[in-house]
Amino acid sequence: MHQKDWTIVISPQRRWFDIDLKNLWRYRDLFLMYIKRDIIVVYKQTILGPLWYIIQPALTTIMYMFIFGGLAGISTDGVPQPLFYLAGITLWNYYSAAFTASSNVFTENANIFGKVYFPRLIVPLSAITSNLVKMLIQLMLFIAVYVYYLLIGTHATINWSILLFPFYIVLLAFHAMGCGLIISALTTKYRDLTFLVSFGIQLFMYATPVIYPMSTTSGKIKTILELNPLTPIFEGFKHGCLGCGSLSWGGLLYSSIFMLILLCIAVVTFTRVERNFMDTV
Amino acid sequence: MSNIAIQFENIGKLYHLGVVGTGTLSHDLNRWWQTRILHHEDPYLKIGETNDRSTKGSSDFVWALKDISFNVMEGDVVGIIGKNGAGKSTLLKLLSRVTAPTTGIIRAKGRIASLLEVGTGFHPEMTGRENIYMNGSIMGMTRQEITKKLDSIVDFAGVERYLDTPVKRYSSGMTVRLGFAVAAFLEPEILVVDEVLAVGDAEFQKKAIGKMQDVSKGEGRTVLFVSHNMAAIKSLCTRGVVLQNGMVVHQGSADQAVDFYLNHAAISQEGNIKDAITDKKTFITIDEIAINGSISNQVTIKSNEEFLDLCITGHTSEPISAEIKLFIKNMSGVSMAGLVEGRYKGISTKFPAGKFQISKKIKIPHFVSNGDYYIDLYLHQPLIQDFFYAPHCADLHFEGNFEGFGKPLIGRTDGFFGLETQSDEN
Repeated sequence: MHQKDWTIVISPQRRWFDIDLKNLWRYRDLFLMYIKRDIIVVYKQTILGPLWYIIQPALTTIMYMFIFGGLAGISTDGVPQPLFYLAGITLWNYYSAAFTASSNVFTENANIFGKVYFPRLIVPLSAITSNLVKMLIQLMLFIAVYVYYLLIGTHATINWSILLFPFYIVLLAFHAMGCGLIISALTTKYRDLTFLVSFGIQLFMYATPVIYPMSTTSGKIKTILELNPLTPIFEGFKHGCLGCGSLSWGGLLYSSIFMLILLCIAVVTFTRVERNFMDTV
Repeated sequence: MSNIAIQFENIGKLYHLGVVGTGTLSHDLNRWWQTRILHHEDPYLKIGETNDRSTKGSSDFVWALKDISFNVMEGDVVGIIGKNGAGKSTLLKLLSRVTAPTTGIIRAKGRIASLLEVGTGFHPEMTGRENIYMNGSIMGMTRQEITKKLDSIVDFAGVERYLDTPVKRYSSGMTVRLGFAVAAFLEPEILVVDEVLAVGDAEFQKKAIGKMQDVSKGEGRTVLFVSHNMAAIKSLCTRGVVLQNGMVVHQGSADQAVDFYLNHAAISQEGNIKDAITDKKTFITIDEIAINGSISNQVTIKSNEEFLDLCITGHTSEPISAEIKLFIKNMSGVSMAGLVEGRYKGISTKFPAGKFQISKKIKIPHFVSNGDYYIDLYLHQPLIQDFFYAPHCADLHFEGNFEGFGKPLIGRTDGFFGLETQSDEN
């Protein structure tokens, strides 16, 4: 062939690790539109709008105070219960929402994916970003409660390590996306996983120090919990704003490496599935 | 000399029939072991067969497309023709990168925009304006591009008044117009269009076809167009490719391709006339539809036959007042003759609840031509309701009547039937 200037080559084989960053960048407006859509659609035809995002963690916190703080009597390391639970719930809600959104990428967008080509990674990327808005709203609630406790002078110590907060969020986001993408790639073929996901994420919360401090654990259980890559994030956050928990550089490094490996596996499976997923979904 | 815009080389697409996703884990592992580790040929690829829906294959794998090779020149408007299931949509899907080919390679020059559907990504809760941006960016436009074209898009779709109304309040026609308008103002080098023109009102269809013509003629773009509307293919396309059972059986000018399709590929599969029934009222069951005593959908009208006997038997749980309505259409879908006596004469026959039988003896015009046609059949209560509709329920082959020289009239040149003169001498 005398023509070498093909711009698009479609073939069955593709490299193992293939993310076309240039292409992804070209579709940046779609990324923004997806975020905008997610946000618009949630508030349409609701009376309370964004308030729902606050009501939900508030009620959950009250419930946890009753069950875990009251009935079970689990320690909160001397931190006021509402603060302790809200801190955990705010972070966990973000992780859980970002994970669920990523794990539904293929099944929920089957219709669009079946009609038009665009870099599929746009969808999970925008999902983890649009969920940030929800997280920020819930963070407001946390800050409000925090300020209240500050004013009445009860225990609450903030320290410099809270500056790591953006880093924690990035870690959580990509942990969620990595895990979610692997699940979403598998669900296109084995639908059973959707059932697993919905209760799996609930169980996983109990394997993460969300509603209890690591200081209450010991022995084998402690070792197992330390293997959970999310543990250093939750502990670090509570250390930064509440003064309980612990800041572990080693743990955070472990979590970051874990995240990178997870993300690599996710991108490989995702790009492989994205090619032929329309035939199996 | 014009350049090649798209090159298809040995394209094949294998589909797995039946339920994918259960019980295939062992297949998957076996396949993975054979191909990835032992580097054998994929064991499941060998047993693929050509895509013929009517015969039940012995394997679960089927080639939706096989050995497709052809080139599309820059500025060509190529019509892809074929029966349902011939592989047209699969071909467009591959080109739109919705799914990957199993074998072969497609090379293309320039941006490909595919219009397999209009309004992809429209969200009912978002306003028209928001959806224009959403749909446009899914199609690969940037925000600035859309903003620049917003006025023309809105103007083309004719939805100015509703621009800030959620799309869920739009009529379906408006939604389609808006979707097409966005697509029409994409500026890709290659446009891939699947029968989206089948929707929308006549005025809009004209506008849409006109816009597609602008795209190809005025601006030198390449268009691939799939349609069942032979008239649209003939008027729009410069080239035609005919697919049958996943293979290219003809390529050439659009007119040649349409002729080839009508003569060779369009004949439908054998079956019963009543298989074609759609949109049936629930209180009615149809036991049998017979033409000239046969329930087969392949009907030949011999030279000496004067009548076409149509008989419908069935059961109704409510009393009905019904008439038969039918149209004889040529393979381009143009109605050549109709039996609409019910509406014309204002009559219909009453049947009590229970079994019913309607027969009609339809007189065949004296000088009917030789040719292939098909029947669209209705059972209706004139001007009130249709009890059922059976589109393309039977293929009609007229041998054609002849006298004198012993040659029948030819439908394609001489018309459906010949005109006769009255001679005064008798």
